[in-house]
Amino acid sequence: MPSATCVSCNGQRPAALVRPKTSEPYCKQCFFDAFEREIHETIVKEQLFKPGETIAVAASGGKDSTVLAHVLKLLNERHSYGLKLVLLSIDEGITGYRDDSLETVKRNQQQYELPLIILTYKELYGWSMDEIVKAVGRKNNCTFCGVFRRQALDRGAMKLSVNKIATGHNADDIAETILMNILRGDIARLKRCTLIMTGDESDDSEGSIIPRCKPLKYAYEKEIVLYAFYKRLDYFSTECLYSPNAYRGNIRTYIKDLERLRPSSIIDIIHSGEQLLVKQSTKMPVQRVCERCSYCSSMPICKACLLIEGLNKGVPKLGIGKTERYRKEMQKKDECCSDQSLCHCMKEKLTVNEHN
Amino acid sequence: MHLTLEFAGGAELLFGKQKLQTIDLPDNNTSWTIRTLLIWIRENLLRERPELFIQGDSVRPGILVLVNDTDWELLDGLNYQLKENDNILFVSTLHGG
Repeated sequence: MPSATCVSCNGQRPAALVRPKTSEPYCKQCFFDAFEREIHETIVKEQLFKPGETIAVAASGGKDSTVLAHVLKLLNERHSYGLKLVLLSIDEGITGYRDDSLETVKRNQQQYELPLIILTYKELYGWSMDEIVKAVGRKNNCTFCGVFRRQALDRGAMKLSVNKIATGHNADDIAETILMNILRGDIARLKRCTLIMTGDESDDSEGSIIPRCKPLKYAYEKEIVLYAFYKRLDYFSTECLYSPNAYRGNIRTYIKDLERLRPSSIIDIIHSGEQLLVKQSTKMPVQRVCERCSYCSSMPICKACLLIEGLNKGVPKLGIGKTERYRKEMQKKDECCSDQSLCHCMKEKLTVNEHN
Repeated sequence: MHLTLEFAGGAELLFGKQKLQTIDLPDNNTSWTIRTLLIWIRENLLRERPELFIQGDSVRPGILVLVNDTDWELLDGLNYQLKENDNILFVSTLHGG
């Protein structure tokens, strides 16, 4: 059968792919141009960066963060954003999983000539994920990992004194999160998860949070993978050894099924999510600062501190499920220095592995 | 028919971590398509959890297929007629980093 030609260069070159957003055939070169241009347009339109800022690119070695680092470096030079970019990686301490992807990040550091900082759960929290799994089993381990990772990026970003964190969340991820928050009735997260930037002046939540942005918010996973493939970018793909993550997995599959039937579904879900307005009368958690570790939290004692307390006391279930009673007790007798918990004094002792 | 198969983006994990395989399909007097190739792969190469690679008569949604670097959506998908020495790449978008 005759292969289609690119709609963008008027048939000068044969098409290589179908863009999912528009179902139009594109050649490689026009696809690269369009992909990069659209991300640039998002950055400009949403005012994600200001000249002179230092931006930490959250780098896992996976496709999304590798493409993000590559594209940000390229656009920063092409359009003179005036940004200083650094790579920030979190090592959860999962043998056989993170080891390999961190090797990829180290190669990316060389390839893109960007500074790299790796922070480990072990140094941040006193526990690696391998140790946590040993202590808690495989049922709730993802709770620990998720809560710790979120804070770890903030802590790393503070260490590096960056202005902003950029994460590789793509359109598929965001559509997935919107649906997940709807299914869980989590209105606070539903409202926040569609924002392209959180923690900046326009975000009304309080607390000393470093702003985060998602420059790939409107980029389809298919395009990210094809971009990485055609550009021969070096990335690592794996599935976490500990996480079947059944709930998100179902939604992921559902979204991929929808995409096959109608590729624009993904961008349409994001559009729907963005247009939702939460009723004024809805009770929303107020963002504040954890009394123990002073990182942002919606409770007086943050979830990370609660989980660590549980681990250190040998009752790992502590931070899982109903935690109200224990949080109050912790507030009363704040004995944070007695163990290896996160606390104000521990924060100073944190060390960072710097790979330059 | 001689073909090169590539598995990437995590899809290789279902094929004993082998990223590149060259295969020879038997001459059975009918032309081979991606559809019939998938059946052959399931019977001959797929090591574990076939449902993570094949669903119904197609690849699982989220796995991209490229024929000689071209998106199979441009090539009639499952009905694409394979040619001698084609390179078929299966790349998963479902795996994380």
